[in-house]
Order: sequence, then C-alpha cells, then structure tokens
Amino acid sequence: MCKGLLGKKLGMAGVFLPDGKYIPVTVIHASSCVITQIKTIVVDGYNALQLGFGEKKRSRINKPMQGHLKKSGEGCFEFLREFSVDDPSEYTLGHTVGLDLFEIGELVDVSGITKGRGFSGVIKRHGFHGGGKTHGSHSHRVPGSIGCSAWPAKVIKGKKMPGHYGNERNTVKNLEIIDIRPEENLILIKGAVPGSKSGLIEIRKKKLPK
Amino acid sequence: MQPIEQLGKEMMRLDLPDFAAGDTVTVNVKIKEGEKERIQAFKGVVISKRKGLANATFTVRKVSYGIGVERIFPLHSPIIDKIEIVSRGRVRQSKIYYLRKLRGKAARIKERRFT
Repeated sequence: MCKGLLGKKLGMAGVFLPDGKYIPVTVIHASSCVITQIKTIVVDGYNALQLGFGEKKRSRINKPMQGHLKKSGEGCFEFLREFSVDDPSEYTLGHTVGLDLFEIGELVDVSGITKGRGFSGVIKRHGFHGGGKTHGSHSHRVPGSIGCSAWPAKVIKGKKMPGHYGNERNTVKNLEIIDIRPEENLILIKGAVPGSKSGLIEIRKKKLPK
Repeated sequence: MQPIEQLGKEMMRLDLPDFAAGDTVTVNVKIKEGEKERIQAFKGVVISKRKGLANATFTVRKVSYGIGVERIFPLHSPIIDKIEIVSRGRVRQSKIYYLRKLRGKAARIKERRFT
C-alpha cells in the first residue's frame, strides 16, 4: 500500500462536531496523483512510488523530464515526489493513487515548506524574550551576550542568533483526519500544517514504531 | 478560496430566527450528562452579535440573583436546540455593552414597535 499522497493547501476553516466542539481544520486539495515511476528493491535498492501532482505547461518541462514522464502517459506535472510502498507489484505506471488511501479518524504526518520569514531576529526566530521596552532600557529586541570572555574566547557552535528563518521543510506529526470528500478531492485535517496557501503538502500515513 | 467558503456555508444553520442586539431571547442548549441529554434554557438580552460564516457568535446577558451572567454562543453550533425570541428591543448600537454598567430600572430596554 502506498504510504502517502500529495496535495495543495487551500487554507483553514472550522468544523462543528456533533457534540458542539468547533475544531480548526486545514483544507487540502488532494486530487489523484499519477504514478510516474515504480522503484523496486531489485532495481533501485528500495521500494517506492514516484507520484506526479499539479499541472504544468509542456513547454515548461525540459526534454529529459518529458521523456521520463512519457513512460506514464501524457501528464505534465509540476511536482514529483516519492513515497515508500510495501509491495510495488500492486501498482502499474500511469495509474492513480487517490484519497481512498486514508480513512476518517486516522492519524497522519504532514510535511510542507514553511513560510519564509527572511532574515529575522532572535525573538521571532528562537522565541527569546527580549529586553525591557521602557525604564531606560536600550536593549529592546537584541540577543544580549553571546558568550564568555578570554575563555573559551570564541562563540560556542550552534548559538542561537539572528538569521534566515522559514522556507524550510517541516513535518507535523499525528494530525487527525476529520473528513474526506472524494467528490471534491478535499481532505480536512485537524490543526495547522506547514506552508502558505497553495503550497505543496505531503500527507503520509503515521509512522509506526518498529 | 472557494471550497473554504463553501465549507463555512455548509456548517451554517438556516433554521434559526433572525434576531439582533437588544432582543430578549431564550436559548435552549442541549447538555449531555453521561448518557442522558437534556435541554437547558438561558434567557437574557442579546448584547452583541459577531458576524461570520460558521464562526459567528452572539452574547446573551442576564442578571441572575443580582449577578450579571454573560454567555457567548456559537450561532451555528449543533448544541443549540432552539432560539426563541421573547421580545424585540429598540437599541441604537449593534453592541450594547453599556448595559453592563447599568442596574435595575436603568437597564431596561424599550420594546421595538412594528408599525
């Protein structure tokens, strides 16, 4: 069985449960992904499915990629991602993997690229408290001291400092599936998932401990 | 954006009466006690109504044994069994928070007349 699916984040909404609880959900558009390559342990050393998602103009895809996609049909995909699979012989090239993979109430791991925040200070990036705002304080949002003196005479590696924040891959684990709507290709997942609206989302089955 | 709007509209309840700030209403709330379900009434003046699709709320204020009690209900929540309008009040503001400072006779609201 394929372990995951690709989708596009549409945004967040709220859903009422029958007991009156109002739950925040993320709405993800996850239409059927086309299998563009089947990797087997014999040929590639591991079992996986490569799935294509999203549309792209043919003229925007280079020739080597066009040749690769031709093996699975006429589709031109914006994204290709691999998902591990138990038995690759169940699948054939060009077929689709859909939302029937998941059930309502199941726990999933969701990955995406977080929103880019550019060069940020330590308060936003690492959650520092910052200095006083008033009473003569001049250290409002500065990190403060970053180390000692003559010994060790250097800044310790990994010190939390200002820098680029966001725009990196992040995974949120154990999110509950609230609803699946196959006719609209929508999946509702409880809570927030990484990334901006219309960002690529990977929904994977919860990893069970070995 | 469309599916999200649609989702909000789906969650909305269309069986509720139209009411506004200043109206006195009785909200019948379903309460679950173990296995049994019973209905509890909360009667008071609507002091605010927050707009929205599924996340719209309204606040009901009543004075219970001399102590002001306010309860915020999600308008489209399934726990609301029924909303009954007791009387319509004539107020000028859409949020009548000034009622909190008033006691007794001053806290009365004129009834709205329909001509």
